[in-house]
Amino acid sequence: MSHGNMNLTLKVWKQKNKDAKGALETYQVKGISPDMSFLEMFDVLNEQLITEGKDPIAFDHDCREGICGMCSMFINGRPHGPVKGVTTCQLHMRSFKDGDTIVVEPWRSAAFPVVKDLAVDRSAFDRVIAAGGFVSVNTGNAKDANNILINKDDADDAFNAAACIGCGACVATCKNGSAMLFVSAKVSQLALLPQGQIEKEARVLSMVGQMDDEGFGACSVTGACEIECPKGISLENIARMNREYLGANIKSKH
Amino acid sequence: MATSPKLDAKIPKGEIDQKWSKYRSTVHLVNPANKRSLEVIIVGSGLAGASAAASLAEMGYKVKVFCFQDSPRRAHSIAAQGGINAAKNYQNDGDSVYRLFYDTIKGGDYRSREGNVHRLAEVSGNIIDQCVAQGVPFAREYGGVLSNRSFGGTQVQRTFYAAGQTGQQLLLGAYSALQRQVGMGAVKLYARHEMLDVVNIDGKCRGIIARDVITGKLERHFGHAVLIASGGYGNVFYLSTNAMGSNVTAAWKAHKKGAFFGNPCYTQIHPTCIPVSGDHQSKLTLMSESLRNDGRIWVPKKAGDTRKASEIPEEERDYYLERRYPAFGNLVPRDVASRAAKERCDAGFGVGASKLAVYLDFSANMMRYGQIEANKQNIHNPSKEKIRELGMGVVKEKYGNLFDMYKQITGEDPYEIPMRIYPAVHYTMGGLWVDYNLMTTVPGLYALGEANFSDHGANRLGASALMQGLADGYFVIPYTIGDYLSEEIRTKAIPTDHEAFVKAEAEVQERINKLMTIKGTKSVDHFHKQLGKIMWEKCGMARNAAGLKQAIEEIKKLREEFWKDVRVTGEANEFNPELEKAGRVADFLELGELMCMDALNRNESCGGHFREEYQTEEGEAKRDDDNFAYVAAWENKGNNAWELHKEELIFENIKIAARSYK
Repeated sequence: MSHGNMNLTLKVWKQKNKDAKGALETYQVKGISPDMSFLEMFDVLNEQLITEGKDPIAFDHDCREGICGMCSMFINGRPHGPVKGVTTCQLHMRSFKDGDTIVVEPWRSAAFPVVKDLAVDRSAFDRVIAAGGFVSVNTGNAKDANNILINKDDADDAFNAAACIGCGACVATCKNGSAMLFVSAKVSQLALLPQGQIEKEARVLSMVGQMDDEGFGACSVTGACEIECPKGISLENIARMNREYLGANIKSKH
Repeated sequence: MATSPKLDAKIPKGEIDQKWSKYRSTVHLVNPANKRSLEVIIVGSGLAGASAAASLAEMGYKVKVFCFQDSPRRAHSIAAQGGINAAKNYQNDGDSVYRLFYDTIKGGDYRSREGNVHRLAEVSGNIIDQCVAQGVPFAREYGGVLSNRSFGGTQVQRTFYAAGQTGQQLLLGAYSALQRQVGMGAVKLYARHEMLDVVNIDGKCRGIIARDVITGKLERHFGHAVLIASGGYGNVFYLSTNAMGSNVTAAWKAHKKGAFFGNPCYTQIHPTCIPVSGDHQSKLTLMSESLRNDGRIWVPKKAGDTRKASEIPEEERDYYLERRYPAFGNLVPRDVASRAAKERCDAGFGVGASKLAVYLDFSANMMRYGQIEANKQNIHNPSKEKIRELGMGVVKEKYGNLFDMYKQITGEDPYEIPMRIYPAVHYTMGGLWVDYNLMTTVPGLYALGEANFSDHGANRLGASALMQGLADGYFVIPYTIGDYLSEEIRTKAIPTDHEAFVKAEAEVQERINKLMTIKGTKSVDHFHKQLGKIMWEKCGMARNAAGLKQAIEEIKKLREEFWKDVRVTGEANEFNPELEKAGRVADFLELGELMCMDALNRNESCGGHFREEYQTEEGEAKRDDDNFAYVAAWENKGNNAWELHKEELIFENIKIAARSYK
């Protein structure tokens, strides 16, 4: 099954399950086309492994168009690889050269245990959202949508924060394994909108509390998360969350 | 034609605009104390599943949600781009509930139920209100009000959107509402769990068998009712715009346990997708229909023209949609636009290396927007370059993420040269047959969203999938489920050591064992690709009797080969994506045959179902209302045999007519 003319050496993290010890294994792939996505290159490798009767590499992926947030490969030391603003599934092989050696690892963070090979458990994010990442409005309670007027700039800022896909690249790249960018994106989105005002103090306290409970590290504002975020979530969100948190904290002590 | 006695759609009596309100006021209710002891299982966490789960839990039911992804937020609704329709008439352009109802019936080529579609149009406005209340950041105008745009098959602007990420924002809204209930303990979440069978007891659906995909352990779960909200089956074609994991398994298991499958041959081929670039391709990427607001579709007037787009002068371009359909132009419905693209490419006018593509060109509207922007900014006598730059800014704001995605995939910059696009499988209108209550032919087993067949007839209009998913979950099922559960308040939770659970689990286990022990020579993907090829060539954009008969034979053969020669690596008791895929492809290999049977049975062309034998002189779909104005509901008889039941479609409010967009 020849597609192109790139030959690559891959060093891929293999780990049977959460408790097993993992290690990098080396594979050769041949005939890779520059038009393939990084995951399609993995498809070729897995097809090859299956043909050889070997265990294919487990990795998470779903939509393959950069929006579901499921794919999560740490490529040559960077989450989602060398191209800025894209997820692993949208990274194409034209970003690599024939003969390259590529090291692929899972997200590494205490809060994201490895499930198998390159797949990790990111359910901590779901629990952080469950702690307060919502507006408490039951179905059927809403008034006419245009009764809530929202300044376009605020709406745009809220949208930009809400564009987070929950992939966890921010955590993976952070030397502290901090989830501040993820959490602050949701806090910001709702803090910027009138709908989110009523619960904003309870929300930030609860979400930050859950974040800490999950074992994410502290933020030392190196900004790596912003650089590696495939959706360009801004560091400003962290500043906004810190302000919200401080305000809520002071208020809650009175 | 008479409706089969096995199919009772339960459409309420009365005037079309009174049916739903009367139903809501008279449907049986369950009191809050009883709700607490009634358990509901929901399979799937997309727009339909998540919104249903949140709403039912808010009402007090005990809810369990299952999804195969690592988080409910990954469900493929997340990838919907362009928008969601609602009859708000915020643009003062003549929209109304009736018009949305009419457009949807006509768009579906008169193959959907009036009662269901009218209800959908009625609740459409509530969806927008609910989503805004949740904090969904829809696009807004400078005055702070919501913004709208147009989608295909309509002449009003009723589509609400959040850049090209509307599905993402709506799903995150529903997901937040769901997680709120999870946090409160009202919903128990089972992520990375795949449903592998439903369990029926005494003629009612009472639960499911699910596999924890991390440990491989099979689990039994009881529910007073089970809701299938597992999406569509477009991946039967292998290449589609669906996510890699999108599958028919949950719906198919329900079908095999008694739920009839409605209109399986109705597939939506979306006109604007990035063309196939090679045989390595694992999926196709959609370019939102919203782009047809501002992009003009064309091919060279000369067949086999190899010049670059920029070198082809205006008068040598054929804007074939504007030429053929002046009233709707580039915004004709998807089935019409797809067929027109295929017609041009088949006739030798296609562009790009494969010649299987047409241009989607933004340059004219970029200049128009640039001029408007220059006027707004009081720039007098702007240069052409300045106008272009300003126009580019406007286009970027509307479609930026789509343009970036296109560039990333193709390596070409669509701001500079026109996009190349071609139709691809996108959505399936067919699905589990449901009545007005969204209940399948198995009592207690429901289907919501794309998983059911109900509202889109033979072709879905753009921006209506999000509307239907959320309508079903937020505003329909919370009422209609009461009709059934009010009769179930005396039913105690059935222990899962009941023989029906034991038997169902044993069957699932046996099938897994079988898949693991074949140890053949070919990968699961090999079979999936073969199936996809058969389906695309013989049951895709154009179908004919001879091809469909051939396809049925080929699929049977392929299925046999699969069960003899598939190689599933790894173990059953571990995280094993190959095993998951194998189970799904095995189901697709059965569904594919049924789709071809349905397509062969329907001796007419309608919407997305185009039978080459049935077309007008101009190449438009030719319906046969006398013989085919019915829903084809297929009953599974075991061993890949099916019996057809018909539900007659009765049009009392809309005059059934030839569908014209000219």
